[in-house]
Amino acid sequence: MKRLIYLDNAATTRLDPEVFLKMQPYFTEFYGNPSSIYQFAQKSAGVVEEARVELASAIGAKPQEIYFTGGGSEADNWAIKAAAEAYQEKGKHLITSKIEHHAVLHTFEYLQRQGYDVTYLDVNEDGIVDLEQLRASVRPDTILISIMAANNEIGTIQPVAKIGEIAREAGVLFHTDAVQAFGHIPLDVEEMKIDLLSASAHKIHGPKGVGFLYARKSVKLSSLIHGGAQERGKRAGTHNVPGIAGFAAASKRAREKMIETMEKETRLRDYLISRVEEEIPFTVVNGHRTSRLPNNAHFCFRFIEGESMLILLDEAGICASSGSACTSGSLDPSHVLLAIGRPHEIAHGSLRLTLSEQTTKEELDFVVEELKKTIERLRNMSPLYEDFLKKEAKEDAPCIAKK
Amino acid sequence: MYSKKVMDHFKNPRNMGEIEDAKGVGTVGNAKCGDIMRMYLDIDENGVIKEAKFKTFGCGAAIATSSMATELVTGKTVQDALKVTNRAVMEALDGLPAVKVHCSLLAEEAIHAALWDYAKKNGIVIEGLKEPVEDIEEIEAV
Repeated sequence: MKRLIYLDNAATTRLDPEVFLKMQPYFTEFYGNPSSIYQFAQKSAGVVEEARVELASAIGAKPQEIYFTGGGSEADNWAIKAAAEAYQEKGKHLITSKIEHHAVLHTFEYLQRQGYDVTYLDVNEDGIVDLEQLRASVRPDTILISIMAANNEIGTIQPVAKIGEIAREAGVLFHTDAVQAFGHIPLDVEEMKIDLLSASAHKIHGPKGVGFLYARKSVKLSSLIHGGAQERGKRAGTHNVPGIAGFAAASKRAREKMIETMEKETRLRDYLISRVEEEIPFTVVNGHRTSRLPNNAHFCFRFIEGESMLILLDEAGICASSGSACTSGSLDPSHVLLAIGRPHEIAHGSLRLTLSEQTTKEELDFVVEELKKTIERLRNMSPLYEDFLKKEAKEDAPCIAKK
Repeated sequence: MYSKKVMDHFKNPRNMGEIEDAKGVGTVGNAKCGDIMRMYLDIDENGVIKEAKFKTFGCGAAIATSSMATELVTGKTVQDALKVTNRAVMEALDGLPAVKVHCSLLAEEAIHAALWDYAKKNGIVIEGLKEPVEDIEEIEAV
């Protein structure tokens, strides 16, 4: 089989084999419904409650403040819709940023159609929310501020604690989409004054299809799914017991190794970024240089388009992604790249490489070499590059003559 | 998502490059939308396309349709080249995903733009050829 280099860990990660072992018994052995009364089901109920304790302590919360969901998008939808519904008597104004994940942005667009007023904050070139604009945007009728902890495309980490402070001072709820951040960087709902937080298991070597919403005890949280007493009556449906067990195991593992993983990934990430920057001309690095997820590298290569680059990398056994419009079938490039000020034609040539703790320097060396070949090949095909070179040649002409 | 033929033309593009002093050159598309196609045609005194080359900035489908378009027009008279429609390009590639149909329109338009340039340079009128549209987004799928 062809060698596979997986650098799309922001999309999903490999389920860790040890995590898998922790999940296994709850498929075939202890398959009881945690809501059942008999002793056999107690094993299932127990693992769900243990998981709640683990996940709560991972973010400095209390176990009863953790609500299991079917993933990060569900948690985002729930947090935002529930806050909008529960606090509409206070007002109908919501604040978010222009670079949120679509699970957040589309939920806000939905609420706008329901008569809510939404402010979309700008970000600077590094992708960081303008705190002054945030402060100035808060109104008496503002009920929720939702700003992601770390961006899924460019990896920029927001000043979450400062945002929390602004929200708390203004008496407004603060939700953060921590799907990319949870288990990757330290998060503490007390220190950061977070009222609602969404997280997902499959971004940290846990299983797909399970996430949680943290909701501070004082937050009025309306029910997402009616029909059962699960999750304090707010999210009915039989628990995904193996998934929840896996989520807790993945969280525990991530927590124990967090410092080590962060150091290792940061070192490799910076190595990758500097090699690409030095060896591939006309490259733009996106996202903040240091306030950035340890595993995220994001580039724009001028004169080429992202999808063709991804297909050629795939041919070389490299799994990567792009905010490319063509991949999604829309002609507009990534909203995140446009928000940080990249022009359309540059935003089209984007590439996201997201590492895991298992990524090696040798793999990255291979990727850089393949990337160089791929980009050179596509640039040779590009009329934009041809025009650029001809223009350069013209502009350079007098200088050469001078020499 | 792509047919084998599309992948083949993307990975091994035919006639990629420039023709110096080409008889007709046409550039269509928009960098903002993520694709630009440039077609170069070498046309002999009998109005037969001797050589066609392309350069494209765009997705896999954009590159593959450009490549196929150059193959389809080579050896044809100017009049016959006009009959190479986006549909013909798509069929020759065993189809395109729905979201990529605009790439085949771009290829058709690139042929027309290059022919228009040829006609203009030589002061001739090619029957049935309209001035190319600047922005490909204005064109509706056939």
